[in-house]
Amino acid sequence: MNFSVLQFPASNCDQDVIHALRDVLGQSARYVWHKETSLGDADAVIVPGGFSYGDYLRCGAIARFSPVMQAVKQFADHGGLVLGICNGFQVLTEAGLLPGALVRNRDLRFHCEHIFLKTVTPDSPFTNKIPAGKLLKIPIAHGEGCYFADEETLAKLKANNQILWQYCDVNGNLTDTANPNGSLLNIAGVCNERRNVAGLMPHPERACEPLLGSDDGKWILESILAALENKIAAKAA
Amino acid sequence: MKAKIVITPKKAVVDPQGKTVRNALEQMGYQGVAAVHVGKYIEIELAPGTDKGAAQQALNDAAHKFLSNPIIEDYKLEIE
Repeated sequence: MNFSVLQFPASNCDQDVIHALRDVLGQSARYVWHKETSLGDADAVIVPGGFSYGDYLRCGAIARFSPVMQAVKQFADHGGLVLGICNGFQVLTEAGLLPGALVRNRDLRFHCEHIFLKTVTPDSPFTNKIPAGKLLKIPIAHGEGCYFADEETLAKLKANNQILWQYCDVNGNLTDTANPNGSLLNIAGVCNERRNVAGLMPHPERACEPLLGSDDGKWILESILAALENKIAAKAA
Repeated sequence: MKAKIVITPKKAVVDPQGKTVRNALEQMGYQGVAAVHVGKYIEIELAPGTDKGAAQQALNDAAHKFLSNPIIEDYKLEIE
């Protein structure tokens, strides 16, 4: 599969994503500079973590107006798969491709640690391969990861099964102490109504090899691969 | 002519900075502080001869679309 990985000024997880896709999963992946207006022949797009445009004004606020994001919007409108990780999640919410917003962690601290994620539903291109009940141990590294949406939006997210991941403890309980940033409903990641765009604050690309302390992140990337393969098989049939 | 835009977090959004500043004020002995909201201030210098009405309209659009995020923030725009 062909992945396009966006690069903004001050993206800093782009290389980690490329490494995970190319060297761990054996896929084809290329960087796409923020000034480019085309995504090429991408099967899926990853918006990586970092501090795009220095996080000036608000995280992701300036990146969303970059030329490449107009191409990402079109790609998503045509049903293409887009995953935003950390700052990439913030960019996608600012762009209106995902509901809600990410605000300052409730304790005002930057959190850099491994957390546990509960996958709420396998019904998405980003979660379909994750075994039922499997908790994902994946690192977070952010200062603005507190998920906020108004009550109406939260109700819609629940009704449409758009919450994909929630922060939990080692036993899978959605406790307040397991919530690293104060996110509403312990939300770590959501998808859009059409289910082809998703974002999450934790970094699956940093948890793809046992040497790094966990390879649980592979479940998410492998879900995308499986979804793309199904799409191709469906087209051929 | 200058445009002044004050951006504040919406009441429904938790504002840990505001809470921390409020607690600090209390500890310092300042009485009667019920709540603090920490936001942003943006000053825009307008080119000489700019039409005030047109600037008001354009900057409202910019504030809504870009300078603030209406999901989490409110803004006030003043041109003087």
